[in-house]
Amino acid sequence: MDLTLSPSEEEFRDEVRTWLEENHPGPEPEAGLDEVMSFRREWQRQLHDAGWAGISWPKEYGGRGSTMIEQAIFAGEATRQEAPPPANVLGLAMGGPVVIAHGSEEQKARYLEPILTGEEIWCQGFSEPESGSDLASLKTRAVKDGDEWVVTGQKVWTTFAQYAKWCMLVARTDPDAPKHQGLTYFLMDMEQEGVQTRPLVQITGEGEFNEVFFEEARVPDANVVGGVGNGWSVAITTLMNERAGLAFGAISQIQNSLGRLSKLARETPSNGSTAAEDPYFRQRIAQLHIEVETMRLNAYRGLTKTMQSGIPGPEGSLGKWQWADINQDLTELALEIEGAYSTLMRGSDHAVAGGAWQYSFLRSRANSIEGGTTDILKNIIAERVLGLPRLR
Amino acid sequence: MYFDLTDEQRAIKSTAHDFLASRFKSERVREIAASDDGFDESGWKEMAELGWAGLALPEEWGGQGLGIVELAVLFEEMGYVCAPSPLLSNTIAGLALTFAGSDAQKERWLQPLAAGELRGAPALVDAGAPAEPNKFTLAAESDGDVGVLNGEKTLVMDAASADFFLVATADGHRHIVEKGAEGVTVIPEESIDLTRRLSTVRLDGVRVAPENTLPGSTEDYWPVFQRACVAIAAESTGVAQRALDFSVEYAKDRQQFGRPIGAYQAVSHRCAQMLLETENSRSAVYGAAWAADAEPESLALAASTAKAYASDAGWRVPDAAIQTHGGIGFTWEHDLHFFLKRGRANAATFGDAKWHRERVAEAVLSGETAPAAA
Repeated sequence: MDLTLSPSEEEFRDEVRTWLEENHPGPEPEAGLDEVMSFRREWQRQLHDAGWAGISWPKEYGGRGSTMIEQAIFAGEATRQEAPPPANVLGLAMGGPVVIAHGSEEQKARYLEPILTGEEIWCQGFSEPESGSDLASLKTRAVKDGDEWVVTGQKVWTTFAQYAKWCMLVARTDPDAPKHQGLTYFLMDMEQEGVQTRPLVQITGEGEFNEVFFEEARVPDANVVGGVGNGWSVAITTLMNERAGLAFGAISQIQNSLGRLSKLARETPSNGSTAAEDPYFRQRIAQLHIEVETMRLNAYRGLTKTMQSGIPGPEGSLGKWQWADINQDLTELALEIEGAYSTLMRGSDHAVAGGAWQYSFLRSRANSIEGGTTDILKNIIAERVLGLPRLR
Repeated sequence: MYFDLTDEQRAIKSTAHDFLASRFKSERVREIAASDDGFDESGWKEMAELGWAGLALPEEWGGQGLGIVELAVLFEEMGYVCAPSPLLSNTIAGLALTFAGSDAQKERWLQPLAAGELRGAPALVDAGAPAEPNKFTLAAESDGDVGVLNGEKTLVMDAASADFFLVATADGHRHIVEKGAEGVTVIPEESIDLTRRLSTVRLDGVRVAPENTLPGSTEDYWPVFQRACVAIAAESTGVAQRALDFSVEYAKDRQQFGRPIGAYQAVSHRCAQMLLETENSRSAVYGAAWAADAEPESLALAASTAKAYASDAGWRVPDAAIQTHGGIGFTWEHDLHFFLKRGRANAATFGDAKWHRERVAEAVLSGETAPAAA
């Protein structure tokens, strides 16, 4: 058992730390999404030029070929320094790895480089209005027409669809096959007439997600990934990559939030002193700290296990569930500390901390839904970790 | 970075698991729980032969010289069978002698303790006073160079099987008091956990020769206390694991409305929650055990993190297990109540979750916590 970094890992961390300190561009502009995206594109180009884009990707595909620990170190360090995310998060974390794992040589040659540079943004077309947790029931149809497929249907919760060149699209190609077998994974060009996107306004008031409508949109046969009818297993790889890739950045992010929460408590008057002196708030802040620490240690245990077995196990579901719970508790506690002033949003003179916690509170409501609902994660744990019988 | 047991640690775990499973079957635990003094002499002898009495005590004084990670591995397995054994109290007495005793005291008391020939038990909590860790009210009076103790220590573990007590006084010292010494009376209490008996030790003018007062003072006992917290948190993790295992097995087997109850999400999601709490508890315990062995400067925070978490999980998981079992879980006949009671007693021992959370709050809110390694 050794919870410290090896000398070579320490060296890697120092390299990452120094490079980020010298290069990261500081906080994102407080402006519209368009400005934020161009800021992130610029940042991604910088990352790519220095060899930090796609650090988990094999070297032969333009990545850095880093170990899982190095990936964890990079994610942790970038978040700790509050470096902005790259523009093409979904392409880097999911699209690229899927093309590398399942794509043809032509596809690798065509798609990978622009993912790394951020030149082409990717989005994910999985969920549909009637297919959320039961993803395999999705109805978007793709019908063969010569050497093309014609796609009709609707996707939803599509992050950054308005900026995307490519959509990782799962559509039904065989309506007669059992639901998991009739699906195919396509790379759909978003820049065509048959594709319409409409921002979906979230409870935060922003439009990070979209609805995407396909009306006889075209996708060439050459853009099928992993073979016709194999869409489900290709999509599952994407989701596994999503979960494994996000864990360590997420932990550092919560540690940052916890630091801000402690600061808020120290600065907020309560009972003639500050919230940081109030025994009730002290207990709750400590409990959050304890839970973040158990999550961090669980993630290291999981990482050790994954490095031995080669594949992330279903235990990763525990981390995502816990992350959502903690993030929500944390923002709820922040509003509780703010008390009556927690009613004021960004833009109000008397809003505490510029209204940052109100936004975080609202945004974190999605944490237990996005990327696998907590309810479904509990099913996965019950069935695949504990071996309990399936309900269905 | 490698956060898992080594092959040697795994071997300790499986040896302990197999031995304890064969020695502490339900019938045997019940027999000991129903006995007058709750002490299992033959089990103790076998543990001593395995070297457990001195597992984490220095080799120099007859111990195995292993680390707190190994100790945590062992106590997790002890908790898994709810072993009725003075091993915890004896280990803590041994650690106190290690950290705060003189060489002469180590030779006289620690050596036989590590061999399992003499058993020691800490006598810390002053009757009627809040059981705040490392804070005592019993005055050490003196008669020339002889100490004189008058008072009552309570919540003393395993007094029936102990040969000597380490009695804490207000000045921060510990005194070796033999159970047979004049003026010592042991009064058994009715403990919630029948597999770990608690007693009151009355001290009426007990005379302590100067060579029986440990030279160490208050500060020397924090490292002992923190290691004790890791050990008892490990035990609670084992308790939680067992309660989870009982529940999963039952939920697969028990049929209602034509299906195994584990197919219903009201039940399966509760089991998932039990797993989450058990795994979190385990991670926190191993993180703290590792700190004790490799990074002592972070032990205080890590031990409080582990003890706070395991205090809650150690009884909440068995509590959820009782609900999962329905009526049968509420019967004396089912073993679950032993685990609930052990977990509940552990939660209140060596600082409860609230006390440890306050330690964590002190560290976090002062902004002293170092950022994580990665």
